[in-house]
Amino acid sequence: MYPVVGCDRLAPLVVRLVVEAPRIAAKRQPGQFVIVHLHEGAERIPLTIAEADPSAGTITLVVQSVGKSTADLCAVSAGDVIRDVAGPLGRPTDLLERGHAVCVAGGVGSAVVAPIAAALSARGVRVTSVVGARTQAQLLLVDQLTSIGDVVVCTDDASAGRAGLVSDALGDICRDGGVDAVYAVGPVAMMQACAEVTRPLRIPTTVSLNSIMVDGTGMCGGCRVSVGGRTAYACVDGPEFDGHQVDFALLADRLTTYHDFERTAADRGRGVCTDLGATS
Amino acid sequence: MTSAPGSDGPSSPDSNGSVSNKSVSNKSVSNKERMAIPRQTMPTRDADARSHTFDEVNVGLGHDEAVLEATRCLQCTRAWCVDACPVHVDIRLFLDRLADDDLAGAARSLLSDNALPCVTGRVCPQEIQCEGACPRGKRGGPVAIGHLERYVADWAAQHADQVEAGPRVTPSGRRVAIVGSGPGGLTAAGELARRGHAVTIFEAFHTAGGVLGYGIPPFRLPRDVTAREVARLERLGVFVETNAVVGRTYDLDELRGEFDAVFVAVGAGLPVFLDIPGENLKGVYSANEYLTRVNLMGAFRPEADTPVLRGHRVAVVGGGNVAVDAVRTARRLGADEAVVVYRRTRQELPARAEEVDHAQEEGVRFEFLAAPVEVLGDDAGWVTGLRCLRTELGEPDDSGRRRPLPLAGSEFDLPCDVVVVSVGTRANPLLTQSAPDLDLDDRGFIAVDDDGRTSLSGVFAGGDIVRGSATVILAMGDGKRAAAAIHAFLCELDATRG
Repeated sequence: MYPVVGCDRLAPLVVRLVVEAPRIAAKRQPGQFVIVHLHEGAERIPLTIAEADPSAGTITLVVQSVGKSTADLCAVSAGDVIRDVAGPLGRPTDLLERGHAVCVAGGVGSAVVAPIAAALSARGVRVTSVVGARTQAQLLLVDQLTSIGDVVVCTDDASAGRAGLVSDALGDICRDGGVDAVYAVGPVAMMQACAEVTRPLRIPTTVSLNSIMVDGTGMCGGCRVSVGGRTAYACVDGPEFDGHQVDFALLADRLTTYHDFERTAADRGRGVCTDLGATS
Repeated sequence: MTSAPGSDGPSSPDSNGSVSNKSVSNKSVSNKERMAIPRQTMPTRDADARSHTFDEVNVGLGHDEAVLEATRCLQCTRAWCVDACPVHVDIRLFLDRLADDDLAGAARSLLSDNALPCVTGRVCPQEIQCEGACPRGKRGGPVAIGHLERYVADWAAQHADQVEAGPRVTPSGRRVAIVGSGPGGLTAAGELARRGHAVTIFEAFHTAGGVLGYGIPPFRLPRDVTAREVARLERLGVFVETNAVVGRTYDLDELRGEFDAVFVAVGAGLPVFLDIPGENLKGVYSANEYLTRVNLMGAFRPEADTPVLRGHRVAVVGGGNVAVDAVRTARRLGADEAVVVYRRTRQELPARAEEVDHAQEEGVRFEFLAAPVEVLGDDAGWVTGLRCLRTELGEPDDSGRRRPLPLAGSEFDLPCDVVVVSVGTRANPLLTQSAPDLDLDDRGFIAVDDDGRTSLSGVFAGGDIVRGSATVILAMGDGKRAAAAIHAFLCELDATRG
């Protein structure tokens, strides 16, 4: 059992949970995730570890409610327990050694990007963040990223920062020159757009893939993605890959596998959903 | 419900039941009389009814049938059956006690040789092991050793107080880590705990059992059977730590530092795909994923949160036990057509004979001599069929089975909406990558000697991470042998450290 020791709402459908998991907190590196299994009968869902405090023995998870499993998790309060938390899983982020990195976050992608930005900054890399959301209320962790470096905020409806897509903002920054690496995490279309911005500029671009998983240890193959024309498993070979090599169309398509289950379940008056986010 | 005789109720053996042959002492039965007893039939649930549920197919022998069946044993001077058993259960002895209606004695004997008899009595391929070696097979069929093992083991589980009470073991003061709670790990845990060692099992999933939980479906091995075997080990003092992924949560060196010995029994793990076009279409599963969703995550239950695609027409590629488990699962999930696509013929099917029979009774179709070359899909990315080539059998290959040769121009399409790929597994590198000094073979499996010793002192390995895809009982044999070697290693440590 893994006690939830803290819980707060970051945005209308986004909750931050602080969970006691000392072993994971001690081992975890940026980019890694856990599989969370709320109770017997629940789904196993992958969630990136947003933060870890080894001395307190806690990890922080940011959960966006997109279906039944994530909604159940968002309904947890401090004092509740999570039945199972396994990890840290996946490979740690391949961090730039020195220079200038741009970290791009769409929606709950901020929770994945924030620890990467912090780790980069800690080793002396200059970090610029681009944080986007549909509207101001959905912007996440802007303060945290502002404490690390420059931040460009983008919203679709111009309610905060500049209007438009994070990929456009990324393009402006990259065209100014001096960008050594890009880390882009968010919805599939956003990561693809960012990769297309950096491809002609030949800027190494890391994306974090949120494919469907069960075990998180390489056993089921459900999370398979195509990278550079070869099949890779997001859970053990990733979740982070070279954005210029990823077949985003395949990823987006495979993510729709269980959409009918959600609709059918909604018709029955109860939501059923597979998680749509290793990284969300 | 049952289609064959079962006198005293399904799967509830009862030592107090009326005993028809009790008036005749087992010892006074002549061989001629034994030879005249027909092999008792395992009662099964009706094929139509059961192909819609996940309830166990085999109902279990009744008490009288079990004792009578045990009386068929000729008590051969040379116990061929024991020689043929990978864990060398003293079959002759437990059958003799069962024939004497000494259930507690039979159970104690069985449990002293086999840590998981409720499991092996259900899933072992007896026809190529103990029963295959039984001389009675030549006339009237071999003694139904598997069914009797199950009977005695189930009785033991319900009468733990009469079976488990034994002398308290003295703690050895030694600690052993076991990585993986599948059949190999559980067997080793039982053997080591009985010798007084403190055992901790590290399991990556949230429930102990490994392949017994995620792989073998409940209609063959009910979940509570595995759970009670684990519970019995816990009563012996074994501690199971779930959600512990060795290679990530811990690495091997940490375990070596904290424990006196380590047994690695993590299974093979990585699914093999066919490497044909269309394999990433929606509706293509590895058998691991398909079965895990259904068995471990309970996707067959309406109230479970984990979804699984319930195809109308499901094609399962492969011919092993896992393939047959998957196709029978597909039937139970509502597939009108559930087909096994296999490159060879029925003779070469590696699956357990009883399961193949049961599958056919349940309406599963076998498409023999067919090799998939492409998964077909529609514009929306969903599976619509499996394109195959006909094969013919050529000369035997390295495995001794005749090699399937595709016939040019023999293409045909099998319409289906779900494809399950069940053609074996590869070594999962998660643990071994974290232990660069551990010697592997050229396929990434852990290299061991006959007793399961790896290249690292105090580290032993067994089961599928050594053998590739094998069976529950072979993994258990490895667990038993490795436990003996670990015990010897620990005794040596004691000797050298005074």
